[in-house]
Amino acid sequence: MITRSLLAAASLAALLAAAPGAATAQGTIRIGMTAADIPLTHGQPDQGFEGNRFTGIPLYNALVEWDLTRADRPTPLRPGLALSWEVDPNDKTRWVFRLRPGVKFHDGSDFNADAVVWNVRKVLDRDAPHFDPRQVGVTATRMPTLRRAEKIDDLTVALFTSEPDSILPFNLTNLFMASPKHWEAKRAAAPNAEAAWNAFAADPSGTGPFRMARFVPRERAEFVRNDAYWGQKAKADRIVLLPIPEANARTAALLSGQVDWIEAPAPDAVPQLRARGMRIETNTQPHVWPWQPCFVDGSPLADVRVRKAINLGIDREGLKTLLGGMMVPAVGTVQPGHPWWGNPSFQIRHDPAEARRLLAEAGYGPQRPLTLKVQISASGSGQMQPLPMNEFVQQNLKAIGVNVEFDVIEWNALFTNWRRGCRDASARGAHAINVSFAAMDPFFAMLRFWDSKMAPPVSNNWGFFSDPRFDAMVAEARQTFDPAARDAALARLHAAGVDEALFIWIAHDVSPRAMSPRVRGFVQPQSWFVDLTLPFIQ
Amino acid sequence: MLTYLLRRVLYAVPIALSVGLVCFLLVHIAPGDPINAIVPADAPQELVDQIRRDYGLDRPLPIQFGIWLGRVALGDFGLSLATGRPVWSDLSVAIVNTLRLAVAAAMIGFPLGCLLGALAGSLQGTAIDKIAVALAVTGVSVPHYWLGMVLVVLFSVTLGWLPAMGAGPGGSSDWAWDWEHVQHLILPAVTLSVIPMGIVTRTVRGLVAEILNQEFILTLRGKGLSRGGIVLHVMKNAAPNAIAVMGLQLGYLMGGSILVETVFSWPGTGLLLNNAIFQRDLPVLQATILVLAMFFVALNLIVDLAQTALDPRIRRA
Repeated sequence: MITRSLLAAASLAALLAAAPGAATAQGTIRIGMTAADIPLTHGQPDQGFEGNRFTGIPLYNALVEWDLTRADRPTPLRPGLALSWEVDPNDKTRWVFRLRPGVKFHDGSDFNADAVVWNVRKVLDRDAPHFDPRQVGVTATRMPTLRRAEKIDDLTVALFTSEPDSILPFNLTNLFMASPKHWEAKRAAAPNAEAAWNAFAADPSGTGPFRMARFVPRERAEFVRNDAYWGQKAKADRIVLLPIPEANARTAALLSGQVDWIEAPAPDAVPQLRARGMRIETNTQPHVWPWQPCFVDGSPLADVRVRKAINLGIDREGLKTLLGGMMVPAVGTVQPGHPWWGNPSFQIRHDPAEARRLLAEAGYGPQRPLTLKVQISASGSGQMQPLPMNEFVQQNLKAIGVNVEFDVIEWNALFTNWRRGCRDASARGAHAINVSFAAMDPFFAMLRFWDSKMAPPVSNNWGFFSDPRFDAMVAEARQTFDPAARDAALARLHAAGVDEALFIWIAHDVSPRAMSPRVRGFVQPQSWFVDLTLPFIQ
Repeated sequence: MLTYLLRRVLYAVPIALSVGLVCFLLVHIAPGDPINAIVPADAPQELVDQIRRDYGLDRPLPIQFGIWLGRVALGDFGLSLATGRPVWSDLSVAIVNTLRLAVAAAMIGFPLGCLLGALAGSLQGTAIDKIAVALAVTGVSVPHYWLGMVLVVLFSVTLGWLPAMGAGPGGSSDWAWDWEHVQHLILPAVTLSVIPMGIVTRTVRGLVAEILNQEFILTLRGKGLSRGGIVLHVMKNAAPNAIAVMGLQLGYLMGGSILVETVFSWPGTGLLLNNAIFQRDLPVLQATILVLAMFFVALNLIVDLAQTALDPRIRRA
C-alpha cells in the first residue's frame, strides 16, 4: 500500500516536472487601478503612464521596450519588435530598424514593416484613412521629432526625424503596434474610421503577452495570457483591471479580498495593510516632485544663490518621515548612480546655515526678507500629497527666513498654466510651479526644461530658462548617437543643471503598490511600468 | 388634463435649454482646458492647436453651443472627448446603474421614513418619538462619504460579509437580481438611503401630528371609528404631501451621488460626472446634466399627477 502511494506521488511529481508550463501558469490577478476609467485599449492609452502600464505594454509591443525584469538598476531599453536599430551614418535623420521575424498579432496576421508604417501613419499622417486624432495627443507629444516611416523590405523599416535626434529609441517605447488587418476588418463594418477605432478598442489586437477577453467600459477589462506570444509567456492566466479612483476604496477592496493588488494605497493605510499581511512594493521611480523656478527678470529665483539656498533649506529626510517613508529625497532629476547623474559639484542636502549665508550674499535677510509665491495643486496625477508636502517645505523655508505663499489651483488648471509659462497672466506672479514629471526619457527629464527653444508655447520650459551653454549641451546630447557617448553627454548636462540649481528638487515617488501575499513573482522595477508577465497567484 | 400635460412638456424645453447653456458656460468659465482630456500638459502648442481645431474647440463659443444643440435635437450627444466613445453608450449604462441604486435606496429609505414618521407623529413626546427624531436628524446630518467608509470598514473589511466596491462580480453589464449581485448593492443603497429616510421621517411626522390635531379626527373618534380606520384617514390626508417630498427625494437620488458612487466605485451617473468634471469632458458633462435635469422635470410631473389622483381637491387646469 505504502509502495503504491509512493509510486503515485512520484508519478505526480514527474508529471508536474514534465509540464513546467502548466505548473507555472497560475491564477487570476485582480488589480485596482487609480484611474477612474479603463485606459484606452486601441493601442495608444490615455490616463498617463498608468495607461501604458496596464493597457499598453500587456496588450501591445513597441519597436523598443523597457527591460522591466530587474529592480536593482535604472531600467534600460531592450529590443522589442525591432531586433536592432542604427542611425544612417550619411543622414542622421534616418534610422534603420530591423524587425523581429515570426511575430503575429492576436488576430493571426503577421507583424512586418507594413504594420510599422501603418502604425506611424495612424498618428502622423493626416491623409491616412486610419488616422485617428484621438491617438495623436497621447502619442505625438512623446515622440516629438518622428515624422514618417518607410518600408525597406518586409523586416526592415526606415524612420525619419525632423532633426538629428539620438533620443528617438526612447520615444519609440510609446508607439504601440496595433494590427492593421484587424482594424481593416472593423472598418469594413463601421461607418467611419472613428467608429472603427471604437470597435477596435472593444476588441483590440496587438502582439503583446496578453489578449483582451472582456471589456466593460468604465468598469473592467479582462486579459488572458497570449499562449502564442513571441517572448517570455506570462505566468498568470488572467489579469482583471478595475478602475477604483478613491484611495480608501482601493484599500478596502484589497483588505476585503475583492482585489489582489492595488496601485497607490493611501499612505495612512500602509501600517494597517502591513498588519494584515499585505506586501508593500516600492522602488525609486523616474519621477520628480520639484518646484520649477521662474527665471525671468524680477524673479528672486533668477539668482542661482537663491535657488541653491532654497535647495539647501529643505529637510527631505523629514519630509520622507512625514510620508511614512514613501519617497526618495531628490538631489537631482536622476539619482546618484544613474548613467545621467554626472558629477555635480553642488551637493544638495539639508544645510540651513549655508542656505542663510547664500541668501545673505544675495541680499536677503531679516531686514529684507525673501517672499516666494508658488503655484501648487491640491491633488493630481503624480502629485503625491501636494498640500502637506508643500506645507512642510514652507515650514522648512520659514526657518531660513523665506516666506512662501501658495496659490492653490485645481490640477487641470495648473496643468494648463504649466504650458503657458511664468510670464503669462495665468501664473499670477508665481516664482515657481509645483508640477511633477516623469524622467525616464532624456527629453522629458531634461531637454524640454533646459533648452531655450522649449520655452512656452513650444514645451515645458515654464520658467523661460535660457543659457547658450545649456543649449549647446542639449544639442550635443541629441546629436550623439553612440549610446554610451550620449549618456555621457546627458550626464554632463545633468551635472551642469544641478550646479546651476535649475530646479528645487524635493522628492522622487516610490510608486507604492500593495499586494496580497498570494501574488508571487512580482518585480518592481525603477520605472513607471511593470512587467505583468512575471507575477502569478499562488 | 391633456392641455396641462402638453403645457408641462413644453415647459421642459426652456428648462433643457437653460440647463445646457448654464452647464456649457460654467465649464468654459472655470479655469482649465477641455483639451487636457486629450493631450498631456507637455504637448507642444502646435499640436494642441491642431487638436483644438480637430475637435472644433477653436470656434466661437456660441457656434460650439449651437452645434451641440443641433446634434442633441437630433438625439446625438456626440463623442466623449476623453474616450472617443459615444456619450450615450456610457451614459445609458450609468443611468441604469444609478436607477438601480436610487430605487434600492428609496425602497429602504421611504418605507422606513414613513414608518418612523408615522410612529413619531402619532406618539409625540414619547421615547419612540424622540428616537425617531434623533434618527431623522442623524440621517440628514451624517456625511454620506463618512458613513459609506464606516460601513465598508465594518461590513467589508472587518466582518467580510459584503463586498466593498463594484456593481457585481463581473461588473454591471451582466447584472442579475441574485445574491451575487444584490450584495454589491446593499452598502451603497443603505448609505444613500439615510438622507431621504431622515427627510421623509420629519415630513411624515409633521403631517401626521398636524392631521391628528384637526377637528375631523376628533369627529371620527367621537363617532367611534376604530383606530385602524382613523389611521387610514390620516394616511390618505398625509399622502399627497408625503408623495411630493418623496418624489423630490427620488429625483435627488436619481441624480446620483458623486461621493457615494466614488466611495463604492459604483458605475453610475455620479461617478461619470465626477470623472467628466476632472477631465473637462464637455460632451459627457453636458449630456449627463441635461438628461438628469429632464429626469427631474419628468419626475415632478409624475408627482403632480399622482397628487391629483390621490386628492381631487388639487385641480390641474
